[in-house]
Amino acid sequence: MILALVVLVPVLGAASAALVKTSALRRAALILAAAVHAVLTGRMWFVRPEPIFHGWLGLDDLGLLFLSVTSGLFLCAAVYAVGYLGRESAATHSDFEENIFFANAPEAVFIGGLLMFLATMSLVTISQNLGILWVAVEATTLASAPLIYFHRHHRSLEATWKYLLICSVGIALALLGNFFLVAAASNGHSESTSLVLSDLIRQGSKMNMPWLKAAFLFFLVGYGTKMGLAPLHTWLPDAHSESPSVVSALLSGALLNCAFLAILRAQQICNAAGLGSFGRDLLVLFGLLSIGWAGIFILQQLDYKRLLAYSSVEHMGILALGVGLGGAGAFGSMLHAVNHSLTKGLLFLVAGNILAAYQTKEVTNVRGVLRVLPISGVLWIAGFLAITAMPPFGTFLSELTIVKAMLDQGRFVVAVLFLALLSLIFIGMSRTVLAMAQGRPADKLTPVTETWSAVATPILLAVAVLALGVYLPEGLTTVLRAAARELGGQ
Amino acid sequence: MTNSVDTIMVLLVLTNLVLLGSSRMATCIRVVAIQGIALGVLPLLFAADVLEIHLWVLALIIITMKGFVFPGLLSRTLRELNVIREVEPFIGYGISMFAGPLALGLCFWISSGWPLPAEISSSLVVPVALFTTMTGLFLIVSRKKALTQVLGYLVLENGIYSFGVALARRQPVVVELGILLDVFVAVFVMGLAIFHINREFDHIDTDRLSSLRS
Amino acid sequence: MTVDSLLNVVLALLLAPMLPGVINRTKSFFAGRNGPPILQLYYDLWKLLGKGAVYSRTVTWIFKAGPIVGLAAVLAALLLVPFGGTNAIVAFSGDLVLLAYLLGLMRFWTVIAALDTGSAFEGMGASREVTFSALAEPALLVGLVALVYSTGQWSLSGILGAVGPDLWRQAGPVLFLVAAALVVVFLAENARIPVDDPNTHLELTMIHEVMVLDHSGPDFAFILYGAALKLWVLGAILVGLVVPVRTGRTWLDLPAALAGMVLLAVLVGIIESIMARLRLLRVPQLLLGAAAFSILALVLIRR
Repeated sequence: MILALVVLVPVLGAASAALVKTSALRRAALILAAAVHAVLTGRMWFVRPEPIFHGWLGLDDLGLLFLSVTSGLFLCAAVYAVGYLGRESAATHSDFEENIFFANAPEAVFIGGLLMFLATMSLVTISQNLGILWVAVEATTLASAPLIYFHRHHRSLEATWKYLLICSVGIALALLGNFFLVAAASNGHSESTSLVLSDLIRQGSKMNMPWLKAAFLFFLVGYGTKMGLAPLHTWLPDAHSESPSVVSALLSGALLNCAFLAILRAQQICNAAGLGSFGRDLLVLFGLLSIGWAGIFILQQLDYKRLLAYSSVEHMGILALGVGLGGAGAFGSMLHAVNHSLTKGLLFLVAGNILAAYQTKEVTNVRGVLRVLPISGVLWIAGFLAITAMPPFGTFLSELTIVKAMLDQGRFVVAVLFLALLSLIFIGMSRTVLAMAQGRPADKLTPVTETWSAVATPILLAVAVLALGVYLPEGLTTVLRAAARELGGQ
Repeated sequence: MTNSVDTIMVLLVLTNLVLLGSSRMATCIRVVAIQGIALGVLPLLFAADVLEIHLWVLALIIITMKGFVFPGLLSRTLRELNVIREVEPFIGYGISMFAGPLALGLCFWISSGWPLPAEISSSLVVPVALFTTMTGLFLIVSRKKALTQVLGYLVLENGIYSFGVALARRQPVVVELGILLDVFVAVFVMGLAIFHINREFDHIDTDRLSSLRS
Repeated sequence: MTVDSLLNVVLALLLAPMLPGVINRTKSFFAGRNGPPILQLYYDLWKLLGKGAVYSRTVTWIFKAGPIVGLAAVLAALLLVPFGGTNAIVAFSGDLVLLAYLLGLMRFWTVIAALDTGSAFEGMGASREVTFSALAEPALLVGLVALVYSTGQWSLSGILGAVGPDLWRQAGPVLFLVAAALVVVFLAENARIPVDDPNTHLELTMIHEVMVLDHSGPDFAFILYGAALKLWVLGAILVGLVVPVRTGRTWLDLPAALAGMVLLAVLVGIIESIMARLRLLRVPQLLLGAAAFSILALVLIRR
């Protein structure tokens, strides 16, 4: 019952947001739905719900982990969004990059879209049937497309079109992977094959190996498009730079994780069938490729939101790499998923504050954030330190675990490449971020007061990441270990 | 029943060839409708021995959606656009249409090396499904207009669906309906996006959507 | 060389000029007028044979030889074509290639006779004709090869003899695709709409008509008769493929085939009445489409 509520509550919230007339009530509905969702998720940490619908929907440790991250991040984003929508409620806006006027999408569409986004992402995390998983992932694409098109001008429209088409094509290929998986699982029998994860894992080595390999490949390419693995990530920078910061935070912090979850389900099946090393090698390959590709584009990046987008590509690469290593690497990857989501959420929300104050996305035009927006400035630097894995933030621990796993397995080439690329990214990002934070602002900039909604949740996120670097709660460690074990790690 | 399945497969190939060589968008939309109807009929031919009522209902829903609703949505979008109704490809029609059967031969060759699960009755199904998928991807890549990209996406889905009919015969109805619903909403949202693109840009030439770089 | 085969050739020689008459009569019917009599071409041939030929000062012997060689080539092709289920007079393994090349020979001599006049009109028509034939050739040959593989026979007589109702049931889609490709080739080779308009005499739209503008008298009679025979030759192949009546009894098969020819002429008339000629840029697409059909048939039969 509670599982169904996790999906139904946001849907009801979306419906009420569409029906309600005043904007205050609508925003209240958003916060309420997000809060109820968070409470339900929190409850599930203590009382694990039973699977429903013949085991099609159920919550295992992987699912619980990603659901909690999604829910927590959404609550923070919802609080921020209320303030954001208050600022954006004028009828027309003038675009700062080009001299055009544009309107915003109706607030009902935006809030409804946000809640449907939450609902579909929750459905992804609780799907145990791969068919439902596919439906949910495609639904997330469709629910988030209107969100990217919030500012109605041609650049965001272009970004929305690219996002829609590339992700839909990728997910269609993942559907092909689904069918190949059924062919592998049926392997000559004519009775109907169940697509439920536990049944497939139980079948394990009885599956047809060539078909299973082809299925995994299509899953990786298809869901990898959604996840942002290079070279399939081409929609990511555009979508993140043109959408509102709230949406970017959710895309990077929650959606990419959900796509990663789909790939992890495929990896679980491969492990059960004895093709674990095949899957892991591919993940290592794509992981390194993503980190390298992102690194190149971070170095000369002039748009700070695109910088953060490429950083997401890099971290998705790290997640794939961690799982690809197996063993302790899987644990590190799971911890990193949590850390990255919190950090990226923090960074994007702060970027939103900077954008609102400076009215420009170009790095060269932003100087002296520490003076203009003191709290945001500190958070900006803190977020940068966290995303480049500086101690004492949590990301340091997770990436250290992954590197240790590499060294334990004797994969020195991978380790050297990894560390070299990370250093490269650190250099690239530090130049940009520190230049933005320090210095004197341009004279025509008036000091901006930072409203509580704009900084409250980013502060919370920063504290969380800092806390995770120092202390891992026992419950979290148990779930992380269980999740890593499900992936064949320890 | 093998011959009727073969006939449907040949019809699919012909529709793909027409899509590759056709220059008018209205024609393309109609051909995709024919493809959808042919694919709706296909599961009935496969399961001719075990005809249950939900198969008929599912076939009816698929025929309605793929044969009438999706093309209807796209035709309405096409009518409301004030753009040139020609396809404007990167790769010319003649070459596309000539490369079609060659690609089909390639698909036959690829699938001859594939160890197929025992169930598939006609040896045409996997190559033609692969060919339809390739045609869909080709249309998305080689055609400039946003509407033809959506058509390419539909053809891609058709190709993948034919794989599904061949490989995953006894899928639960709910999943099938879920997939169909997703594609429906996708086409709807894409049609809406094309309408916005036309209003914003006065054209639907995705080749010219290039202001976001690097 | 049986009596039936000889009878087929005699029938072809006698009845071929009737086909353009049937086509024109159908078109007139669609246009709501009475139109010329069906035997009009016979009257025209008789009239032309009685006239003298006028030759321009710029032409050489090629111009004078063109119509004669063309007619000889199509007569030789006629000997290769089976009709009504009976074998042709000359039948050997691979004679379909010879057929294609005899038709090509006829086309070649028409073209160089046109180029020989030195006129811009004829040159333009010649270049268009050669382009379209180059594109129609793969459709014809590959379609015939697909037929070879479906019947297992290498001679035209063997192929069309083996096309019966059983083969249509077995390999229906393949035969249908070859037939569709052959229809397009038929229309292209005989200069019919939608490839060429036999009625037009405008520079923009002529292809075949323009090549024979300068011929007169008996030369023109040979050209007209050769064109009618070419209609018969290609039509016989098409009818042999599409009308699978092979009861083995000549008095049944032959009338069926003749009826098929007449129906084919009526069909061409209908196509000419309801369609307009394609833009010249689109004709290669149509021909490539026919080639694609043939290749598809080949791929299907060889899988």
